[in-house]
Amino acid sequence: MSWGSLGNFLAMGGYGLYVWGSYGATLVLIAAELILLARRKRSALGRIR
Amino acid sequence: MSINWFKYSSPQTFFPVAGKLALFFGALAIVACAVGLYLGFFAAPTDAQQGESYRIIFIHVPAAWMSMFLYVVMAFWAGIGLAFNTRLSGMMASAIAPTGALFTFIALWTGSLWGKPTWGTWWVWDARLTSELILLFLYFGFMALQAAIDDPRRADKAGALLALVGVVNVPIIYFSVQWWNTLHQGASVSLTKSPTMAATMLAGMLIMTFGFWFYGIAAILLRARCIMLERERVSDWASQYAKGAA
Repeated sequence: MSWGSLGNFLAMGGYGLYVWGSYGATLVLIAAELILLARRKRSALGRIR
Repeated sequence: MSINWFKYSSPQTFFPVAGKLALFFGALAIVACAVGLYLGFFAAPTDAQQGESYRIIFIHVPAAWMSMFLYVVMAFWAGIGLAFNTRLSGMMASAIAPTGALFTFIALWTGSLWGKPTWGTWWVWDARLTSELILLFLYFGFMALQAAIDDPRRADKAGALLALVGVVNVPIIYFSVQWWNTLHQGASVSLTKSPTMAATMLAGMLIMTFGFWFYGIAAILLRARCIMLERERVSDWASQYAKGAA
């Protein structure tokens, strides 16, 4: 699969909003989960000390 | 030779193991997702009917599979906790719920963004979509129920009942496309028939499934470690770990 240009890749054949909306939301949610986990661990450690 | 099945069922012994396993599976997840996304965006061809919109499949299907699989695993650990009263089982069930809910939400969200260009609607109340939404509410219900009960052992027991009753929804989701006339398509991949898609598409989807699976394991183990520290905060091992981490 050759896209030719970055613009073509981002356009996703006219479905850019749907494709990147899916991948973007997934990325944001996974990042949020990892940040929340790091914060939860810090606060759990804080309550032990 | 007898195996001591309960050796790793104590938080003290499992805590360091979980930390190492989380790193290992986190690294595997990055590799698998990198390969899967490469296949999905650069090796898999354009779909003849759906154009490029079908590329949502590489997260939609893995997330949907994980949402159901994690629910069964959550109910399994909840049931083991109920039957054997092992502390760690309940902690594992609690650790799975948020990640399961995350994958369920991703499946619904990406499905909606896929439905709009292909079906012409963001949402329909067909059996597949509705039962997957119920799965999300089951995860939320499990988390809310546990959060509402102060005593963790009682919270585990109440949550376990809800998790076990809710398992009935998983086969309903899976077979919904056969049992009812749904707008959602039937399975493209099954154990009994050869898949109805190009080999590179299938490979990308399966490798992304492993990526999500490994990510799920890593996130769940990290959360299990938090829960162990929270519930065992008065124990010697926890305070020693906290000193070392300071």
